[in-house]
Amino acid sequence: MALADRPSSILEPWQDPKAIPYIEMENVSISYGGVMAVNNVSLSIYKGELFCLLGPSGCGKTTLLRILGGFEIPTSGRIYIDGVDYTKVPAYERPVNMMFQSYALFPHMSVEQNVAFGLKQEGMAKNLIRDKVQEILQLVQMSSYAARKPHQLSGGQRQRVALARCLVKKPKLVLLDEPLGALDKQLREQTQFELVNIQEKLGVTFVMVTHDQEEAMTMATRIGVMEEGRLRQVGKPTEVYEYPNSLYVADFIGEMNIFEGIVTEEESDHILVHCEQAACDIYISHAASAPVGASVSVAIRPEKVRITTEEMPLGRNVTKGIVREIAYLGDVSIYHVILPSGQKVLASMSNQFRLAERPINWDDEVWISWRPESGVILTA
Amino acid sequence: MSKLRMVQNFFQGAQESRLVRTFQNLFSKILIISIPYGWHILFFLIPFAIVFFLSFSQSVLQSPPYLPIMEFLDESFINIRLNIGNYKALWHDSIYINSYIESIRTALIATLGCLLLGYPLAYGITQSTPIARTIFLMLVILPFWTSFLVRVYAWMGILGSGGPVNSLLMNLGIISEPIAILNTNFAVILGLIYSYLPFMVLPLYASLEKIDRTLLEAAYDLGCKPFTAFFKIVVPLSYRGIVGGSMLVFIPGVGEYVIPALLGGSDSLMIGKVLWNEFFVNHDWPLAAALVMTLFSFLVIPLILLQKSLSRIQGEEA
Repeated sequence: MALADRPSSILEPWQDPKAIPYIEMENVSISYGGVMAVNNVSLSIYKGELFCLLGPSGCGKTTLLRILGGFEIPTSGRIYIDGVDYTKVPAYERPVNMMFQSYALFPHMSVEQNVAFGLKQEGMAKNLIRDKVQEILQLVQMSSYAARKPHQLSGGQRQRVALARCLVKKPKLVLLDEPLGALDKQLREQTQFELVNIQEKLGVTFVMVTHDQEEAMTMATRIGVMEEGRLRQVGKPTEVYEYPNSLYVADFIGEMNIFEGIVTEEESDHILVHCEQAACDIYISHAASAPVGASVSVAIRPEKVRITTEEMPLGRNVTKGIVREIAYLGDVSIYHVILPSGQKVLASMSNQFRLAERPINWDDEVWISWRPESGVILTA
Repeated sequence: MSKLRMVQNFFQGAQESRLVRTFQNLFSKILIISIPYGWHILFFLIPFAIVFFLSFSQSVLQSPPYLPIMEFLDESFINIRLNIGNYKALWHDSIYINSYIESIRTALIATLGCLLLGYPLAYGITQSTPIARTIFLMLVILPFWTSFLVRVYAWMGILGSGGPVNSLLMNLGIISEPIAILNTNFAVILGLIYSYLPFMVLPLYASLEKIDRTLLEAAYDLGCKPFTAFFKIVVPLSYRGIVGGSMLVFIPGVGEYVIPALLGGSDSLMIGKVLWNEFFVNHDWPLAAALVMTLFSFLVIPLILLQKSLSRIQGEEA
């Protein structure tokens, strides 16, 4: 799902202990009438990143973005951009530009005037402004609409103008609040890639807010998952997806099968969890810090669960159940399998065969299994 | 065969009923439209036509004090006499031209005063909490609950030589004896601003309230200081309110009679007062009608222009 082939020029600076963060938030909190909208968030973002704040509505992600933009002053904590403390600097003096969810294009100005607005505030020479505006409109492919007013544009075109207006000032940081939320699905997918391309071309640092996990996975270099004002996990899309650090993150991003069990064996190269619900032992071939006897949750993604009608010997990572429901999604089908313990297990399988040839049917007895590296231990 | 005919009959029936429905629709449409149109014809167009024709008749000392412009000489002849002497008189006597200029000047100052007072007021209301907003709007409308005349009379008391304004100034030692505030142009302008302020505030509020606050944030974000952002974003976007409010103050302000009559001096020449004099003192109805027609054409041209620019903006906002 992720843009796995990002150019190698974008390394992973967060892996490098010597790398200096471009944007740093230190213990940032903000409370409204006693409610902590953002609760002690510390976060480092590096130059050229496309960082994505992900979470359900009301989790504080937009507030965090507005703090970066200078629209909210945090109750406590500090914010550094490129080494300078910007905690209390108002929005109009920050090298930060924001693309609003509603785009907030000035309705009484043409596309060209909208884009030129920020440059005019800097007192830039007129001919220079014209050149810069033309250049950026070309980049977002809106040159031929320069004279139009916002109400004469489609949603996708408005989004491009809003982006151009943000980028033309060459800010150190661009904030995007649900940048694609107002677009329909097809346009959104196409725009995701365009946005990433533009960001890479200009080398600007983006911080984006979204509630759409697919969008976050596709675009982000790293994702920060938020819950009730707190950052729950920060990591690359693959990390957050494959190794969620909590039930909350596992549940929020994608589907997850959760088994509860007790650790019976813990070695440096594997861990064994006895699970009554699954009626088998779960063998996980990577270390996790859970002492023997601890009760833990094991999470396994549906696409990592293999399902077959051919009989398999029961044992580690193998159990059997009955197919109760099949959700046909076109590209994949999701099988709801009920184990003898009553536990429901989701297993997805890509539809390589036509529907009529589907080998598994309702009420079939099936064997399900997964690979030793598929399980993730969740203690929180 | 008979089946086919049945089908044909069926369709014919359907067509007939559709025709009936169309007529019903048309009838109800006409009925709905006829109410406002009828109102306008009865209470605007007919009186307007009477005044229009009156302005072309001749003044005489009888009752009614004018000659009819149409006379039936016999069965086949109609004698129409159009007298443009009334209009000529307007141009020859400087009192009329001066009073036009004076009225427009006074109304302009009052409109500007209302705008300068009303704009911060309306903007302040939009920025307050929803509950405070309701209260403030109520306060703006509250003066309408008492008679307009009573409120203007009250101002006579306030501004008079023994009134609170003069006593305050005297107590503060700024003046040693009462100054003339009442019966001056200043008092007229003050009265106009006071009376017409709600007509300015309400349209301004309506247009300011619609402005999306994120637009201001976007302006700040692009490096615009709050003060500049206000003039670059809020003011242009409230253009409709500014024009609407100004029209509502200026147009009735030009023809205002009560305020100059009660608060103005004997030398103040507002067109409303001149009109009243022509009608009720000189009994020169045709001349008064000509005055009205001239005033009307003075006002109607800028009105049409404004309406055009408003509809242009309306198209933009849609």
